[in-house]
Amino acid sequence: MSVTIQDVEKIAALARLEFTPEEKEKFTRQFNDILAYMEKLNQLDTSNVEPLSHVIELKNVLREDVVKPGLTQEQALQNAPAKDDKFFKVPKVIGEK
Amino acid sequence: MKTFDAIRADLSAGTTTCEQLTGDYLRAIDAGKSLNAFLSVFPEKALQRAREVDKKLRVGKAEPLAGMVVAVKDVLALQGERVTCGSKILENFVSPYSATSIQRLLDADAVIVGKTNMDEFAMGSSTENSAFGRVKLPQDESRIPGGSSGGSAVAVKAGMATTALGTDTGGSIRQPAALTGVVGMKPTYGRVSRYGLVAFASSFDQIGPFALCAKDAAQVLNVISGHDEKDSTSADVPVPDFVKALKKNVKGLRVGLPKEYYGDALTAEIRNAMEKKVDVLRSNGAVIQEVSLPHTEYTIATYYILATAEASSNLARYDGARYGFRADGVRDLAEMYTKSRSQGFGAEVKRRIMLGTYVLSSGYYDAYYRKGQKVRRLIQEDFLNAFKKVDCLITPTSPTTAFRAGERTDDPLQMYLSDIYTTSANLAGIPGISIPCGSDKQGLPIGLQILGKHFDEATILNVADFLENAKE
Repeated sequence: MSVTIQDVEKIAALARLEFTPEEKEKFTRQFNDILAYMEKLNQLDTSNVEPLSHVIELKNVLREDVVKPGLTQEQALQNAPAKDDKFFKVPKVIGEK
Repeated sequence: MKTFDAIRADLSAGTTTCEQLTGDYLRAIDAGKSLNAFLSVFPEKALQRAREVDKKLRVGKAEPLAGMVVAVKDVLALQGERVTCGSKILENFVSPYSATSIQRLLDADAVIVGKTNMDEFAMGSSTENSAFGRVKLPQDESRIPGGSSGGSAVAVKAGMATTALGTDTGGSIRQPAALTGVVGMKPTYGRVSRYGLVAFASSFDQIGPFALCAKDAAQVLNVISGHDEKDSTSADVPVPDFVKALKKNVKGLRVGLPKEYYGDALTAEIRNAMEKKVDVLRSNGAVIQEVSLPHTEYTIATYYILATAEASSNLARYDGARYGFRADGVRDLAEMYTKSRSQGFGAEVKRRIMLGTYVLSSGYYDAYYRKGQKVRRLIQEDFLNAFKKVDCLITPTSPTTAFRAGERTDDPLQMYLSDIYTTSANLAGIPGISIPCGSDKQGLPIGLQILGKHFDEATILNVADFLENAKE
């Protein structure tokens, strides 16, 4: 499997990242190196192996739904790059194009 | 530089106070500014707290960590202070709450002196990836201290704190501990609550201590361990007294040497240093045997597939909307996301988000991500099988001693291979500790790693403590 600049552009769009043409070329090269290294996993037959997603046994944690104090609105907004009274402010989304 | 036992002796003899100690550490931080170990320091707050601790000490009402001054990696939240994660994207983020591990330290009367520098979002093995400049090795400033918790390792090595907290996702506590010459421990996954730890790879991340000796690490672990309802992955299992577990005895202990960890990648100097320590255990009654972890050669590939996948998902939250950096002059929402992320993240973080997005993307999910999860099980089974025969494993922590800054930055794969002996513990979820093991001919520290069974930190702390105190 070899990755092209077009693949890198597609992945960048999915990850909401953008790159200069030089960065794209560098990434494509590094990607191919790293993915070639990862190909070594294909030496292993894992057809009868269950995927492992939790290293220790986890149980579903249930509890009573009780009201507890949380962040105040002011605290929640304290790190906002832009706010308007009680709201996070972002560029206009509706009514364009 | 004093261990916590020595500090406590001084405190009870009345030859020092917590305030004096805190002042000494603050002066060391100031004197060592060129090392760039700290991203923020709180002199007034720390001294104020130290005075409160002194008051408690005078009336005999102090908690177990009174007199301990701690530095914490800047990926852990402390209420009212910045948590930058070494990233421009969180440069001005002030935490509205504290991490459970930090709160437990404070409740035990530790003083927090500041937050330490790190690879951006804990992604790196050299602490060169910080948006706020690289951290330097105290012994040779042209070299790196390992990473990603390089600032915490240096803080302890350079006498800027009694102990420090770091985080270990693929070796980020143990590898810098080895390269700087201090003790660094990654507890079992689930032992310490991750609440308030900014996530990199949630199924790997674990918080642990840096210290001058195993006993100090045990004292910190005693305080930060245990179930927390705010982290559903924190394990609800009993926490033993890790200090009492230091039995000063290794008679009959079964120690495994995994043969795959002593291959060509290892320098002869490190191999010889390890052998000396193994001889110490043998002559004190431990039973040494070779074991095999047959899937060792697949650990780096598996780790970088799974950890980048989790990172790409965890770091999707940095969108410039609710907190963090927002790019100027954007026309619409999509552009706000893309420009904020592209300008806010550094190169290594972007590379890992890209890799993670790729391995999770449609068409590649089975070939990479699912395959990685399956191999992860094989790697964990290797350890479970080995632990049927032995009580712990001894390996090198890092294949080399501290390398020069810039030496591996252009070759990400080479940098990833710095972690060949450490990622396996995170893949399997087991605890590991790195302790100093002499130095190479340039005087650079060598680290020895002890790996244990799930939730059996007691055994590896005992071995670490024994090796520190035993004569060669």
